[in-house]
Formats: sequence, structure tokens, C-alpha cells
Amino acid sequence: MSAGYNFAYLDEQTKRMIRRAILKAVAIPGYQVPFAGREMPLPYGWGTGGIQVTASVIGPEDTLKVIDQGADDTTNAVSIRKFFARTAGVRTTTRTTEASIIQTRHRIPETPLKAGQIIVFQVPIPEPLRWLEPREVLTRRMHALGDYGAMHLKLYEDIAHFGRITTAYDYPTLVNARYLMAPSPIPRLDNPKLDRSAALQLFGAGREKRIYALPPHTTVKSLDFEDHPFRVEGWSQPCARCGTRDSYLDEIVIDDRGGRRFVCSDTDYCDGRLAAEARPS
Amino acid sequence: MYVAVKGGEAAIDAAHELLARDRRGDPAAPELSLPQIESQLRLAVDRVMAEGGLYDRRLAALAVKQAAGDLVEAIFLLRAYRTTLPRLAVSLPLETAGMAIARRISAIYKDVPGGQFLGPTFDYTHRLLDFALAEEGSAPTASSVAEDAPNAPLAPVTALLEAEGLVAPEQADPQTPVGDITREPPTYPAERDVRLQTLARGDEGFLLALAYSTQRGYGRNHPFAGEIRSGMVAVEILPEELGFPIAIGEIELTECQMVNQFKGSAREPPQFTRGYGLAFGRSERKAMSMALIDRALRAAEFEEEANAPAQDEEFVLSHADNVEASGFVQHLKLPHYVDFQAELDIIRRLRREDQRREAAE
Repeated sequence: MSAGYNFAYLDEQTKRMIRRAILKAVAIPGYQVPFAGREMPLPYGWGTGGIQVTASVIGPEDTLKVIDQGADDTTNAVSIRKFFARTAGVRTTTRTTEASIIQTRHRIPETPLKAGQIIVFQVPIPEPLRWLEPREVLTRRMHALGDYGAMHLKLYEDIAHFGRITTAYDYPTLVNARYLMAPSPIPRLDNPKLDRSAALQLFGAGREKRIYALPPHTTVKSLDFEDHPFRVEGWSQPCARCGTRDSYLDEIVIDDRGGRRFVCSDTDYCDGRLAAEARPS
Repeated sequence: MYVAVKGGEAAIDAAHELLARDRRGDPAAPELSLPQIESQLRLAVDRVMAEGGLYDRRLAALAVKQAAGDLVEAIFLLRAYRTTLPRLAVSLPLETAGMAIARRISAIYKDVPGGQFLGPTFDYTHRLLDFALAEEGSAPTASSVAEDAPNAPLAPVTALLEAEGLVAPEQADPQTPVGDITREPPTYPAERDVRLQTLARGDEGFLLALAYSTQRGYGRNHPFAGEIRSGMVAVEILPEELGFPIAIGEIELTECQMVNQFKGSAREPPQFTRGYGLAFGRSERKAMSMALIDRALRAAEFEEEANAPAQDEEFVLSHADNVEASGFVQHLKLPHYVDFQAELDIIRRLRREDQRREAAE
């Protein structure tokens, strides 16, 4: 563990301030709670919000998993895992089932989360209405009034132009039938995993200094219309490694003649399936 | 202890080794020392302190060295260090009228009580490369420099206008606690104290460009440089157990008070108004830019039309911080292949549908 710094880097006053924000966020699911985010030794936009949330809830008994794009071995996931191994000395893992805290960027693990687990999302832009109205003064008012017509209009325009909703990630959701929430840039295939999850889901936006949360079993509805219900598109082929048909796949370019291979983006899920097959039954 | 190790880790370690080697450069050239940076790159140190929000010349010099001269990176290093420091005390408001003047100029009077002092400045130098500096060992001789800077406190030039009632008075309300952008999240609309704090740590280049835009007609506010002063100012705290203020040190500051024309509103008579800039060290360009933007952001207060970028509080304040901006712009380097895959999928589907429609027609 690093000498000269507090457990998990942040001082205890800061952690207490962040925990208060988290408690408020849990009490009002989907509501963006402003918090006095600190400068972290990692750059803004690289997970400072998630890191602060994780640092505030982690204890010496925890086991941490960090993924980026679903994978444990992407450079930024390695860097953040190393940060906590160094400043908190906690056990780390790549197994979804073994982790008590999972910090993620852009994905939700394929393996369903269990009660008692915490998943921490890194959020670049917490405001789902930002692209429709850049001013915070106005978006906060829209949330207060539950005035989400602009978002429905945007989705309707998509359908009118393209025959479908073209938002592929960070697909807007309505939490507990009250607050519009940005699920962070997860692909929309992951959206159903948010709904009534048994795990506590925390969202940290460091640069924008906002925290929001989904307590376990909160309803999370992806916005849609009666005649255009929300749906996720699957792949035409299974994972080339483990053969699953129900996970999010990365497209790997394997040569310069247009060759493609599709494999699971969730590396732990893929490895787990292969290991189960290899085990003699 | 079990720590998962995979491919990325070795690559990161190797990259950081390369960076260290790169930073040192040619080992045949002597290594830079912190005192060299502190004294000979002092304006770089000043900027890093100002935008890093920490007055410590030695640590700022270390940051400049560690960042290989990349000042935004150095500012980030200092900022990340600053945030870990405990808050021991809050100082009394600084008395810049009591500044030990190194430089003081006013553009609105030919002469001002107490006098004008050019001090060390690039102004009026001819920007010709000085090849003599390329040779080492050429120390300047200081024989012609008079050491006659004033010792007595010098009232700000704007006090002359205040005495005539020609400039809008600015009185701090001692009952209202001052905001603290390092401890409270930003909310809008913001008060002037929070605006000034944000501008003081804001990126010099961003503030400069915005200030320039007001001069070119995007939110024009008719400024005059009422006064610019640089020098050392004592920092005092008031320990409760003592009951009287004690000086704990001094810091170098540059202060700029812009005086702006104002035609009056429904409530206010025609008078001059002010924009204020303050920065650590001799960051004069920064202090002047800050003063112009401070005035631009007071548009609502003076019932002025506000439709230029420099007058838009949320726009200016939420984009001024270069630690935030640099991080978020550069986060595009991180893998985004999951979202890109989702976009690819949508584009392919839309194109397939287009082709099917065309085939059907």
C-alpha cells in the first residue's frame, strides 16, 4: 500500500461527503446529486467519478473487479485496478461472481449480479437532456417538472426519419417512473440488465460532479412508444470462442481482406463458459 | 496478495519507462535542477501555481520538470497534489493596497498618486532573438536600475473614481460566507465570488481568447486598464486563541482592475463599472483577461443584453478549467469499441433497409 496516503487515496472527510451524496442518490433513484468532486491523480474523463465512488464505499474486506469495454485487461481497467491495489491493498479479481465491487466503463457484465454486490459506473455526461438543452439551469427545471417531452420528441423524430430509434448506447431510461436517467454509454443491449437488478448500482461523474444511484430492485424502463416498443438487436452469429448467442460481441478485424470474427466483449463470461466446457462432466 | 495481471500492465509499465527516458533527454546535457526552473523559468512556475491553485514555487517547479515543460500537465500534477492537503486555516482577505510594489501602471491617468512603476516587463522590448543569451555566463548588470519602489501602502487607482462617486461601489458583505469551488459543487446561476474563483484557476489561453472576443464585439464592454499591479502581499490569519491577526508569509500576486464604461440602467445612473482579475505570480496576461471576462459576466447585474459567449456564465465557467478539459478531450484515446460496435450495427441495419427499399422500388 502507498505510504503517505489514506486508505483508498481519499481522506475520510471527503469519503463522508461522497457517502452522503450516495445516500441521497439512493433515496431518490435516478436523481443527479451534486457532489464536491475532488481532483484525482487520474485525468478527468478517465473514470474519476467512478474511482471516487469506489474509494468511498470500498473496505479492506472487499474484492474489486474493474472492466472497461467489458474486458479486465484493457489498459484503463488495468490502470484503475492497479490504483486500488496500490492505495487500498484490496484483493482484486477478474471473476464477476467473486467481486463485491465492480467498477465498469461502457458495459454491464453478462453474468447476472447478485444481492450484496455493488456495480459502479463511470459516467462522462450524467445529464440525459444535455444534447437537447446544454444549460444546467434549464435541465434541472425540466427534471423538477418531469418535463421529458423533448426526449420523446427526439426519439419520435428518429422513428420518423429512419424507421427506428438510432440511439445505440447511453439509451435514455426512466427510473422508478420518475427521473430520466442516462445509463452511461453502455450499449442498449445492456439496458434490460439495469431493471430490477439485485445489486446496488452507483453512477459517478467526476468532471461533472454528479452522483446518482439505483437501489436494488428499482424499475428502469428504456423509453419507447406503444407502437415502437424498446428492443435490443442480437447478432447473426454466435461468439467465435465460446459459442454463446446471448452476449454482446466485439467485432475483431482479423485480416486486411474484410475478415471478421465476433467474440464476447465480456472476457470473464467467455472464459467462464470455455472453462465449464473443458471441465469433465 | 493476489492482483490480476494481464497484457495491459506490462505495456503500461514499459510506456512509463520510455516516458522517463524521454523526459531526461540527452544524458550528456546537465540535468535541470529545481532552483534553475524556479528562478529561470519563473513565469512558467507562476502559471502552474495560478492554475494549479497552490502557491508553492518549489512544487510547481517540480511539476514543470516532471511534465517535461508541458504546463497543462504540470498544472494537473499540482492540482492532484493540492486536493490531498488538509485545510489548516482560512486567511483574512488579502490587502492588495498594502502590496510591496514591483510593478504598477495605470492607463487612465497620465500620472497617479504614488507613481507608476514599469518593473520587470516584456512591454516595450523589441522581440528580437537575443543571441547573447545563447552563450552561458552572461549575467545582467543591474547598475542602472533604481531601487525606489514605494514602501508605503498605495491606494488603488480606482479609489480616485470612487471618491468622485463615478464608479459603481463594490462592498463585500461580511455576513455572506465566501463560496469555495474546491469544496462545493458548481451550481448555476453562480455568484461573483464563485465566478472569480473559477476564473482565477481557469486556463489562460481560454480566458485570453474569450477576453479578446469581447474586444472584437462579442459582448463589448468598453474597458480601460484602470490599474495593474504586481508585488508581494502579506497573508494573515486570525487564530481564535490569539484574537489578533498574524502574518504567516507573503505571496506574489498580480492584480488588474479594469474600468468599464456604463451608460446606466433603469436603476443606476451613468457611471463606470469594474472588472477584476487576480492571479498568483506575475501572470499579467491572465489577470487582464480575467478582469475583462469578470465584467462581461456581470451583464445581468447591469441589465445589459447578454448574447455573446463571454457573457454566458454556464458556458464560460464550465469550460474554463484545463484539467477538466484536457482530461475529457484526451479520454477519446481510451477504447470505445463497444459503443462503436453498437453504432456500426445501427449504420449497417439502416443501409440494408435503404438497399431493400431501393431494390423494391
